[in-house]
Amino acid sequence: MPDYRISQVQLPQEPDPQKTEPDSQAAPAKVSEIRSFLMSRGNSAIADRSFLWLMVLCALSIFGIVILIASELILRSQLAWHKFGLAFFCKGFIDPYSNLPNYWDPVNEHFSALPFIYGTLLSSFLSLLLAVPLAIGVAVFLTEMCPGILRGPLAFLTELLAAIPSVIYGLWAVFVLVPLLRERLNPFLTTTLGWTGFFGSDNPTGLGFVAAGIILAIMILPIISSLTREVMTAVPHSQREAVLALGATRWEMIRMGVLRNARIGIVGAVILGLGRALGETMAVTMVIGNSPEIHRSLLANGSSMASVIANEFAEASGDMHLSALMELGLALFVVTIIVNAIARVLVWAVTRGAPSQAH
Amino acid sequence: MGVGIEVANLNAWYGANHALQEINLNIPANHATALIGPSGCGKSTFVRCLNRMHETDPIAHVTGTVLIGDLDIYKDANPVEIRRRVGMVFQRPNPFPTMSIYDNVAAGLKLNGYGNRHMLDEIVERALKNSALWDEVKDDLKKKSGASLSGGQQQRLCIARALAVDPEVLLMDEPASALDPVSTAKIEDLIFQLKAQYTIVIVTHNMQQAARVAEKTGFFLNGRMVEFDLTHKIFTNPSDKRTEDYITGRFG
Amino acid sequence: MSAAQFKLRGQMRTIIDHGATAVAVGSTILVIAPLIAIFIYLIYKGASSLNLDFFIKVPKPVGESGGGMANAIVGSAILLAVGSLIGVPIGISGGIFLAEFGRGTKLANAVRFTADVLNGVPSIVMGIAVYSLIVVPQGHFSAFSGGVVLGIMMIPTVCRTTEEMLLMVPNSVREAALALGVPNWRSVLAITVKTASPGIITGCMLAFARVAGETAPLIFTAFGNVGRSTKLSEPIAALPLQIYVYAISPYDEWHRLAWAGALVLIMLIVLAVSLVRYVTSRGVMKGAS
Repeated sequence: MPDYRISQVQLPQEPDPQKTEPDSQAAPAKVSEIRSFLMSRGNSAIADRSFLWLMVLCALSIFGIVILIASELILRSQLAWHKFGLAFFCKGFIDPYSNLPNYWDPVNEHFSALPFIYGTLLSSFLSLLLAVPLAIGVAVFLTEMCPGILRGPLAFLTELLAAIPSVIYGLWAVFVLVPLLRERLNPFLTTTLGWTGFFGSDNPTGLGFVAAGIILAIMILPIISSLTREVMTAVPHSQREAVLALGATRWEMIRMGVLRNARIGIVGAVILGLGRALGETMAVTMVIGNSPEIHRSLLANGSSMASVIANEFAEASGDMHLSALMELGLALFVVTIIVNAIARVLVWAVTRGAPSQAH
Repeated sequence: MGVGIEVANLNAWYGANHALQEINLNIPANHATALIGPSGCGKSTFVRCLNRMHETDPIAHVTGTVLIGDLDIYKDANPVEIRRRVGMVFQRPNPFPTMSIYDNVAAGLKLNGYGNRHMLDEIVERALKNSALWDEVKDDLKKKSGASLSGGQQQRLCIARALAVDPEVLLMDEPASALDPVSTAKIEDLIFQLKAQYTIVIVTHNMQQAARVAEKTGFFLNGRMVEFDLTHKIFTNPSDKRTEDYITGRFG
Repeated sequence: MSAAQFKLRGQMRTIIDHGATAVAVGSTILVIAPLIAIFIYLIYKGASSLNLDFFIKVPKPVGESGGGMANAIVGSAILLAVGSLIGVPIGISGGIFLAEFGRGTKLANAVRFTADVLNGVPSIVMGIAVYSLIVVPQGHFSAFSGGVVLGIMMIPTVCRTTEEMLLMVPNSVREAALALGVPNWRSVLAITVKTASPGIITGCMLAFARVAGETAPLIFTAFGNVGRSTKLSEPIAALPLQIYVYAISPYDEWHRLAWAGALVLIMLIVLAVSLVRYVTSRGVMKGAS
């Protein structure tokens, strides 16, 4: 058979089992020293196993933290739970002397979470109303419309928004936003929308739900925006091209090719923003007015679950008061966990894996 | 110096995929043995069974016996000890990116706790000389990082790193396939010199390379070893028709 | 559809397209505006109050001018040190488990998911939990409890970023180490983790910056202190906490200090975030590919 392939090659000789020790660059004494050293190092199985278990333990600490928080909160809220039960979350009290609702009464030890649930939900809802359209607008601009050079700096600026601590937002809100509301926006809202009944004029301070809603909106915007950008970028280019090939305008391409595909993820991003808004404490505490009452007006003062804890915890009068606050904390804990879990599942479904930024 | 390898009834699986079936062969000491075959035939899997790297994949699983010298590597020793005696050079050069050339070569010893600085200097120098890299890097040993060398140099660095721990066997999984012809030729010369001190098993899809460097060659096909014989016999007068088809280029 | 209707349709679509673009651009401007406004206002209000005294002196009693936030700056540094001591090792180890040992396992998936969810739990809830855990048994507020809550908050963030950075180390590097007969624990630490270390440090910096600005959990753990306390067993001041207390007070002098403090805080955070960006954009895995 033709061996044209290897005709030019010098074929090695048949192996010789009695091959003599060749003259190598190695000094045999040193060579065996390395081998004997390495053989003496022995088995690292114990070290490897201990290392593995140490790492596992640290990973399990994540579960430990959740269990820790839950158990402490449950423990401390027992007092209030036994006294009020589920009524804590649904019923209010009528003060027999004034015939007005009195939800949160540390003196007489009557506690109801209603105004705070109302406050949390209202402020979060308002903030979503303001933030979601803007966040999606920013995301659309940055992913689909923005010229390349601007994209980096603008994205960096929106990320910077996310890094500003809550207390600094609060500081700015108290000294800049609230006066603005007090002098311009609130009167404007009262005159134009007062007829709806939701914009009464009995709160001239500028604090209240509108202030809280606005500052919350600014705070949750970066999260919603950057996550929306992530899910929009995850939509494959082929989808965009397919729509364009049908003769669509750019906006139509965005609407049908990108937003439609990404909508589950965008919903997830919004829910994540909601989760953040529900638990946001400092900025809200500083501008919401801190009144444990429920009013119809959006311009009224109020309280959120987080803000009442922040305000009253350090000087809580009595164990029942503390326990009621702990129960609020427990409720907040459970709600934010559920909301965040739903959000993560939705975002994961679109990006096929956990989001790349830990928010 | 080097030791021989006896493989008996070796079977290997990746999950349900029976990648190697009933492999039996004896690899002679102090010689170079080549393993050839088309892509996916199991030759890489086979060498990875020789230093117990195959089992690093969680769904991988091996039965059979591999004797290196007199040591049954699956029964009598643990993987970490085996790998100190059986070195490996990979298809793509993989020097440690955060380490200098010196630290790369010394890694196998330093990371096992070797502390003698003077001896380390000698060992590094000897390993680099044995892998024909010394002259090119001797001035920059601690200054240049391992990753800043060219492809061919990186591969010789990996060879030096493997040699520094003085293994008895050196496994090479297509060591020159990612390199240019000049570097390939240098590596082949190296193998020629090294086989005097070590037992070398080289996986290659380049038949001329097998013919150039190895005394014995094994032909793998679909997870089985079809033929294992002297190189010149495999290439001039193979016993099995499948071998003949492969080397004449009818497939693969 | 007639030709005229078709043309009208086309014009409408173009108008809508331009409108959408305008809305998108408008949203972006509307979003960047408050950011710029906040920064400008901070610099304007804070810079005039920043002097050497700010960094050296402690607050003066109400009514007297002068004084600074030295105690708060030192206090924050101590709290962050304690927090990092707890959060960084545990977080990195958790990340090592997720990337090196548990890859693909159900346990790792559960840990990862839980860490992400934990990142969304309000910090005030963490604060009252640690209050219950440490402050109540001890009977007093303390810097230690403040450090603990900050550390617990760092763990999930550091864990996830460490995992992501380790996953970027190419497998060939791990194989090279294993094939040399290096014990697994040594290989993971000295080679894989070392290769990913720029990224891991970056992740720690991010967690650090995030936790540095937290106020809520400190209200009932570290509690704050007008003096120069540095003992772990006593309440301690913290920069964000002090800013909060001063901001809601009725005294102009304290407001002035609050602005100055806010400026210092934001500068540190911007520095950290910019550093992080710089490191990641330069390519964390220099030479690893």
